[in-house]
Amino acid sequence: MTENLIQNIFNALQWGSFYSLIALGYTLVYGVLRLINFAHGDIFMVGAYIAFFISAFLFKGGEGLSGGATLALTIPLTMILTSACGVTLERIAYRPLRRKGVNRLYVVITALMCGLILEYGNLAFLGASRKSFPELMDKVVYQVGPVSMTNLKIIVILTAVAVFLLLNAFVHRTKIGMAMRAVSYDRFAIPLMGISLDAIIVVTFTLGSSLAGLAGILYALSYPVLDPFMGAMLGWKAFIAAVVGGIGDIRGAFVGGFLLGFIEILVVAAFPSTFRDLIAFSILMTLLVIRPTGLFGLAQSTKI
Amino acid sequence: MKRFSVPALLLILAAGTVLAARFDLLDQYVQTIIMFIGINIILAASLNIINGYMGEFACGHAAFMAVGAYVSSVLNLVLFTNSPPLAGPFLPEALALFLFPVTLIAGGVVAALAGLMVAVPSFKTRDDYLAIITLAANFIVCNIFINLESLGGARGLMGMKKIVFFMSDAVDLPWMLIWVLIFTVLTVFIIRRFVTSTYGKGIIAICQDEVAAEIMSVNTDRMKVAAFMLSAFLAGIAGGLYAHILGYINPNSFGIMKSTECLVMVYLGGMASLSGSVLAAILFTLLIEGLRFVIPVLDSAIHLIPLVPDTYQLSQVVKWIIIPLLLVLLMQFRPEGIMGNRELADFLPRLRKYYKFK
Repeated sequence: MTENLIQNIFNALQWGSFYSLIALGYTLVYGVLRLINFAHGDIFMVGAYIAFFISAFLFKGGEGLSGGATLALTIPLTMILTSACGVTLERIAYRPLRRKGVNRLYVVITALMCGLILEYGNLAFLGASRKSFPELMDKVVYQVGPVSMTNLKIIVILTAVAVFLLLNAFVHRTKIGMAMRAVSYDRFAIPLMGISLDAIIVVTFTLGSSLAGLAGILYALSYPVLDPFMGAMLGWKAFIAAVVGGIGDIRGAFVGGFLLGFIEILVVAAFPSTFRDLIAFSILMTLLVIRPTGLFGLAQSTKI
Repeated sequence: MKRFSVPALLLILAAGTVLAARFDLLDQYVQTIIMFIGINIILAASLNIINGYMGEFACGHAAFMAVGAYVSSVLNLVLFTNSPPLAGPFLPEALALFLFPVTLIAGGVVAALAGLMVAVPSFKTRDDYLAIITLAANFIVCNIFINLESLGGARGLMGMKKIVFFMSDAVDLPWMLIWVLIFTVLTVFIIRRFVTSTYGKGIIAICQDEVAAEIMSVNTDRMKVAAFMLSAFLAGIAGGLYAHILGYINPNSFGIMKSTECLVMVYLGGMASLSGSVLAAILFTLLIEGLRFVIPVLDSAIHLIPLVPDTYQLSQVVKWIIIPLLLVLLMQFRPEGIMGNRELADFLPRLRKYYKFK
C-alpha cells in the first residue's frame, strides 16, 4: 500500500508538472492583462507539433544527429517559435481590441476563437492521423526500493520546479519583472512612468508561450503521440488549476497545477477512472466556493 | 390594431411553415434546419440573460441543455415505451401528445435546479472566477451522465424518435416543428417581458454596478438566482427539443464545444440585445449548413492553383476554421456584435409605427 502510494505521488508530481507549466502561462497573461487567454492550451499543442517537426527533421529516424544533440537544438528552437506564435496572436487579434478599449469579454471570445482556429487548422492541414514523436532519449529506469522512476519523469519534475524558481526570480528581482507587476497593479500609471505598455505585454506573452512550448516538448517526450486536440482539455484543466491557486499569482499557478495533478492521480488510484474529472472538478469547485479568490489570490476591494 | 400586428405576423408565419411541412412542400432537411434555428434561438437568447443583460461570463450553458435533454427523454421513454431504465409503458401512446410539453417543462425545471449549482456561488464570486465555476459545472454534468450506466453512459441514449412517431400517429402533423416554434416564440416573449419589467431591470442594474444596485434596493442575490434559473430553465427546454429531434443524445455532445457555440451566437448578435441573439442564431445555423455546400466548391477552386497537390482535400473540418475566423474579423471591425446593446427598432425607427408591445 505504502509503496503504491509513493508511486502514485511520484506520478502525480509528473502530471502536476505539466499542469503547472501551462498554468504559469495562463497566470502570467492574466496577471498583466486581466485577460483569460483561452488559446493558451492550443499554443501548448502548437509547441508540441513544432517540436515534432524540428526533431523529426534533425533526427531523421536516427540517420541525422544524435538524440541528445537533437534535443539540445529542439528545446530552444521550439521555445522561440512557440513564443513567436503567441506574440503573433497577441499582435493581430488582441492588441487592436485592447487599443479600442472594448469590453473585456470580447477579447476573451476572440481568444477562444483563435484556439479553435489553431485546433481545426491543424486538423485540416496536417490531417487527422496521429503523429508519433521520435525517441530522443534512452529510457533509464531507476528502482528505488519498490518505486520505479524513469529519468524522463525526473527531468519533467525538475524542469517544472526550476522554471517556477526562475520565473519567480525574474518577476521579483528584475526591472522587467517589476514593470510586469506594476502593470497588473495599475495599468494607467505605467505609461506615465515612461514604460512602454506594449513592450511589457509582448514580454509577458513571450514568457508564457515559451513555457507552453517547453511543456509541449516534455509532454511529447513523455507521451509520444500527438493529436490536434491534445491541448484543449489539458488547457482547460490547467486554467482551472491556475484559478484555484489564485489567478495572477505565480505561486498560485504552480501550487494549483500540482494540486490538480495530485487530486486526479489519487482519484484514479481509489475510484474507477471514469470518475476522475467528476471528483477532481467537484473538489476544485468546492475550494472555489470556500475561497472565492483562490488559494493565494488577494480579495479585490471595490471603491464605492 | 397595433397591438396584434406582431402576434398575427408570427402566427401566419408559423402556420404557413407547419402547413407547408404537413403537405410536403418543405423537405425533411429544410424542416430540420428550421428546428435547429429555433433551438439555437432559445439557447442564444437564454444565455444572453446571463452574458448580456447581467454582464457575467458564463461558459457552461450546454450543461443545462444536457440536464433538460436527459430528464425529458428519460421521462418520455419511461412513460410511453418499454426501454430501460424502467420497464414500461405506464401510459397509452396517445397521451404522448399531451404530455410531451409537460415532460419538456419538467426537464426545464430540473435544469433550473441544476442552475442553482452555479447561482449560489455567484453571490460571492465575480467575473473570471464565476466563469471557472460554470466551466467546471459543465465538465461535472457531462461526467455525471457519462457515469450513469443506467442511462447508457458514454454510449448515449436512444429511442426518442418513438415518442415523435406516437405524436404523429395520434394527429398527423409535424409535431416537433410545432413544439419548436411554440417554445421559441414563448422564450423570446418571456425574456422580453422579463428584462423590460421593473423586476427584471434589476439584472441590468447588476450589470451596470452591483453595489449601486444593492443600495437602490435591488436584492442582488435573489436577482442572480432568478437570472441563472430562468436561463437554465430555457436551456433545458432547448435540450429536450434537441433530444427529440435527433432521437439520440450522448453526454459528449453537450461538452465545451456546444457551450462555445452558444457563446459565439451571443457575442455575434451583441450583448443585451434580444433581436441580436435571434438574428445571430439564424445566421449561425445557416452558416454552418451553408458551408456544407460551399466547402466542396472551395475545394475544387483551390485545386485550380497548381501549387496544391491533388491528394490534398478540403474536408468539412474547414467549417470550424471559417466560422471562428469570421467572428475574429467581426470583432476587429465591429466589437459590439451585429446589434450591440440595441434592438431592431433602434435601427429601424419607422417600424415602431406598425407595432406596439404592451
